[in-house]
Amino acid sequence: MSNKTTLLDLSPREATAAREIALRYGNRPDALLEILHDLQEQLGFIPEAALPALAKALNLSRAEVHGVVTFYHDYRREPAGRHVIKVCRAEACQSMGANELVSMIERYLKVKLGQTTADGAITVEAAYCLGNCALSPAVMVDERLVGRVDAQKFEKIVAECRS
Amino acid sequence: MSKVYVPRDSAARSVGADEVAAALAAAGHEVVRNGSRGLLFLEPLVEVETRDGRIAYGPVTVADVASLPLATAGAHKLRLGKIEEHPYLKNQERLTFARCGITDPVSVSDYVQHGGFEGLKKALGLAGSAIVAEVTESGLRGRGGAGFPTGIKWKTVHDAQSEQKYICCNADEGDSGTFADRMVMEGDPLMLIEGMTIAAIAVGATRGYVYIRSEYPDAIATMKEAIANATAAGWLGANIQGTDKSFHLEVRRGAGAYICGEETAMLESIEGKRGTVRPKPPIPALEGLFGKPTVINNVLSFAAVPFILAKGGAAYKNYGMGRSRGTLPFQLAGNIRQGGLVEKAFGVTLRELVEGFGGGTFTGKPIRAIQVGGPLGAYVPAAQLDMPMDYETFAAAQAMVGHGGIVVFDESVDMAAQARFAMEFCAIESCGKCTPCRIGSTRGVEVIDKIVAGEDRDANLDLLADLCQTMTDGSLCAMGGLTPMPVLSAIRHFPEDFDKPARLAAE
Repeated sequence: MSNKTTLLDLSPREATAAREIALRYGNRPDALLEILHDLQEQLGFIPEAALPALAKALNLSRAEVHGVVTFYHDYRREPAGRHVIKVCRAEACQSMGANELVSMIERYLKVKLGQTTADGAITVEAAYCLGNCALSPAVMVDERLVGRVDAQKFEKIVAECRS
Repeated sequence: MSKVYVPRDSAARSVGADEVAAALAAAGHEVVRNGSRGLLFLEPLVEVETRDGRIAYGPVTVADVASLPLATAGAHKLRLGKIEEHPYLKNQERLTFARCGITDPVSVSDYVQHGGFEGLKKALGLAGSAIVAEVTESGLRGRGGAGFPTGIKWKTVHDAQSEQKYICCNADEGDSGTFADRMVMEGDPLMLIEGMTIAAIAVGATRGYVYIRSEYPDAIATMKEAIANATAAGWLGANIQGTDKSFHLEVRRGAGAYICGEETAMLESIEGKRGTVRPKPPIPALEGLFGKPTVINNVLSFAAVPFILAKGGAAYKNYGMGRSRGTLPFQLAGNIRQGGLVEKAFGVTLRELVEGFGGGTFTGKPIRAIQVGGPLGAYVPAAQLDMPMDYETFAAAQAMVGHGGIVVFDESVDMAAQARFAMEFCAIESCGKCTPCRIGSTRGVEVIDKIVAGEDRDANLDLLADLCQTMTDGSLCAMGGLTPMPVLSAIRHFPEDFDKPARLAAE
């Protein structure tokens, strides 16, 4: 219990951000996913301290908010790198060598899927379909979709992320 | 300077459409960002307006821009001629995608000039029951994959008594190999808005939601823009076109959970909860969003409705075969030379799609397997390429049409690995509510690993068959219920891939 109180006290900025965003949605509990998306856009992740603030604002239990945050793949519990690259691992991309692409990326960036590079520039994650299945293999760099990805294209993406 | 069209579709953007558009604008041309024609293998596709129609060039790179003879629309190595005459487009039957690629997607005036809102105008003058009757007459079945008759669903909601009803559009297009929903939302979003509004008038709903997956940021932005423009022009919101009908539409973003494409999990998610599946009954048509009667349809189902109202249910029904009426926008994906969107009447064969339109594999190697209908669909062997695309024909072959996604694999595919992936994917994406799906999928991965390793192969194949039976019969929804379909189809059609140690020993 004491641990959680400490977190709250140490993080007024995060709790305030959560309250402000919730208010923008009229404190409607059904808008929780939208609120969490906005909060993550603003802070880069969903900090623990935001959860009780959100629960109070939306008149939900903390368990309910925790349940939602942990259910969905999108919500991060800790900050990501400056850029996030999602690599499609679904069937259409597999048919065009996505598994080999993933291995190449892991070797090139020296991380596994789900991890962040040592310089903090790039978090690389798996995605299951980006809707670019006629131009596989596909990756998404932040919100920009890239098709027909090969080693050369990927190196260029990484260079841009690091510049 | 010329008027040129460069798609804003995210697939086109993924191969450089923005850069090409910027280069054309810098050269002084008037650039319109249209939707994609769906010839994705030719993206970025640049069209130039001439007195004789639009002449296309593609695929265009920034380096090509300076050499394009746009003023004369003359010869060039990338010149494709009149785009409507291109065989890939000419041989389609485009009812839903008739306008996509022609217009500026968010322009209401473009939309109206090209036949938009004709269906809604008609619906505004009809009783709800008459609209439902027209949709029933069309024979339209749910395009999300289940193929349930749309008219019957709408009638249930229409007949339900409630002070509040809802329209929900399932735009959580998570199936690999599918992108038609995305193309509608990015290329002709006003058509989806029109279809949903017609549904609202038909059943007496005043509020609606479009639930779009977060992996589609462009579709989300375009839908929001289109909703704002339609509202400003009086086609959405309070008192549509001065009538007493009102419909308020909101976009809701998903958060990366495949299961939210299951309709009841989607309802939970729109309500702001964990996307777990609800047991049925009660059916959502009676107790859906916030416990109220709710129409839930896929993007393509709603998108088919404006045509049905404007031209009549009979006109739509004229296309198709058997009990599969109308057209389906098929999506040619994966290892395919000419990938893209092909809208055809039901009855077209898989071969016509994959070899005719698609031109075979991208790698040039022989086709070995085709997964139809997303990650829960069966792997169809090349020997069955002559099957017509029809819900019943596919069901009889223990396969499914689903959402019309067609993913081609060449001979290098390892079908045991694909079967394992089907189970792995189910384990990652299961909502966890029911045991057969939550636990069964993980056990499935383990058993397939043992089979591939040659460990008690026959006994483990029996065990896998038994596990698949349990998942099929015991899961709450299609996620656990259909994961066995790709697994069993792989074993049925490609048993040699599950017998590698034995074969290696024999060799």
